[in-house]
Amino acid sequence: MFKGIVGSRWRLPIAAVSAALIFAPLIIPVFWIYILTLIFVTALLAISLNLVLGYGGIYQFHHAVFYGIGAYTTALILTKTSLPMWVGFGAGPLVAAASGLIIGWFCVRLTKLYFGMLQISLGSLVWIIVSRAYSITGGDNGIHDIPVPTLLGSSNGVYYFTLIIFMVSLVVMYLIVKSPFGCTLQATRDNPQRCEAVGINVRRHQLAAIGIAAFFAGVAGVLFVGLERSVFPGLLFWVFSLEVFVMCLLGGWFTFAGPIVGAAVVVALRTSVSIYTDYWTLVLGVILILLIFFLPEGVMGFLLKRLEPRPIEEGRPLADVAG
Amino acid sequence: MLRVEAAEKSFDGFKAVNRANLVVEEGAIVAVIGPNGAGKTTLFNLIAGIHKPDTGKILFQGENICGLAPYDICRRGIARAFQIANIFHRLTVFENVQVSVLSQQRKSGVLFRPAQNLAVEETNSILASTGLLNKARRVAGTLSHGDQRILEMAIALGSQPRLLILDEPTAGMSPEETTVTMELVKHLSQARGLTILFCEHDMDIVFSVAQSIMVMQHGQTIIQGEPEEVRQNEQVQEAYLGGALSLSKETSDA
Repeated sequence: MFKGIVGSRWRLPIAAVSAALIFAPLIIPVFWIYILTLIFVTALLAISLNLVLGYGGIYQFHHAVFYGIGAYTTALILTKTSLPMWVGFGAGPLVAAASGLIIGWFCVRLTKLYFGMLQISLGSLVWIIVSRAYSITGGDNGIHDIPVPTLLGSSNGVYYFTLIIFMVSLVVMYLIVKSPFGCTLQATRDNPQRCEAVGINVRRHQLAAIGIAAFFAGVAGVLFVGLERSVFPGLLFWVFSLEVFVMCLLGGWFTFAGPIVGAAVVVALRTSVSIYTDYWTLVLGVILILLIFFLPEGVMGFLLKRLEPRPIEEGRPLADVAG
Repeated sequence: MLRVEAAEKSFDGFKAVNRANLVVEEGAIVAVIGPNGAGKTTLFNLIAGIHKPDTGKILFQGENICGLAPYDICRRGIARAFQIANIFHRLTVFENVQVSVLSQQRKSGVLFRPAQNLAVEETNSILASTGLLNKARRVAGTLSHGDQRILEMAIALGSQPRLLILDEPTAGMSPEETTVTMELVKHLSQARGLTILFCEHDMDIVFSVAQSIMVMQHGQTIIQGEPEEVRQNEQVQEAYLGGALSLSKETSDA
């Protein structure tokens, strides 16, 4: 299944990073383990957005809404019902995917910016409902002290749980990107009209991609519940979506791993800058401006260009390029 | 194989296509000619389903295909190459054609199998027959204009069409590229048994390649017939030699 789709030059770095992450809790202070876990959660969210943004060319401005829906679904099931916990954890991504399909069903009728505007509107509708429905969601206060399995009781437990789900999700998303579905999705990004002319139902393809992206955003939402044991309307506020959008741009939205870099940078910055000032978004704004001017393809895009200009030699055998 | 009967299409009151008729026989190479703005591209857009005709019929193998979505028409066996190089710029040449082949094999939705191992043979055979095989790994956006136009055609071939529609296949090409491209078109027609419908400005090409020629003017069909018959036709001679003014009078009561 994996044969040939991860380039040989990437195997060693990937193995090294994985090993470092597995042994990290032995050497890194607890606080930074928490930050690392938060980076996994956020990176998963950013990569799920990039499935539609970078690979699909779909301006999903309000992606965090599916993250929030996933988190709230799990939180509500764990606190308001007596269903087994695994039901709560499993339902989050599924409900997120379903809501992705519902919102997407309306949005795919439009393209580009119009898609984005409608998506923000529909997403904000969900946000306003969640933040006002005090009797169900706790409104502005959110839901706190959500009971989680004892496995997630320690910071190391949460870390490993999140790491495993994060890794599995990454592999699955990578397979999707490299599959015929992913290849066709990239084609609809480059030229939707041409896709229709070769027999591809572009809207349906985009809708499926939105559903998949919403699913993984939901997975990230569920992981957030496991980590923080609380949910609040800020999770599906559109400003947070903007932040996730910036992570994709920052890391490089035409690369698979770019959003991970973007998420790591943003989370680390927010954490360290917040110690000194409340105006950390100011720093983010400056970064964004610098980014647009100097790294239009993002950090990973820039590095990849330096490391390997995309192969253009003629007659090279197929099958050894990692996206 | 394809019949267009009295098709009409207007944009904001302007009749881009006005009672156009066209017959394409199986296995033939048919050309549509006419001055700029005669409605050739619009007619092709009607056949390919990009626009829906206001009135009239478009029959493909006996079925009315009016109003079907472009992807649906493609699945019935009509593929179209565009006037501009309408390709997937960020994908490799190989992937450009592969996307089309995968779509034809109804594998576009396959999720968990690496795309690079699928439809490789079919894709390579199309690349080989269009002479693009040695450029398969290049990113499509970096190809020369002529190669992009040929890739455009290769993408259309990926859907294994029975009828291939080419909209000005040699526009903007150097004379050498034009020769290569038209040889390719003839070769495809013979080797793959493709039916080809194309429009073109270069009359030398049209009269040397096409077996049947349809002439359009102001959205209307003046005549369709064999090259010799078309060459002898008075209206056609006037359209190309005489002034457009005198001709528009004649065609309006035709």
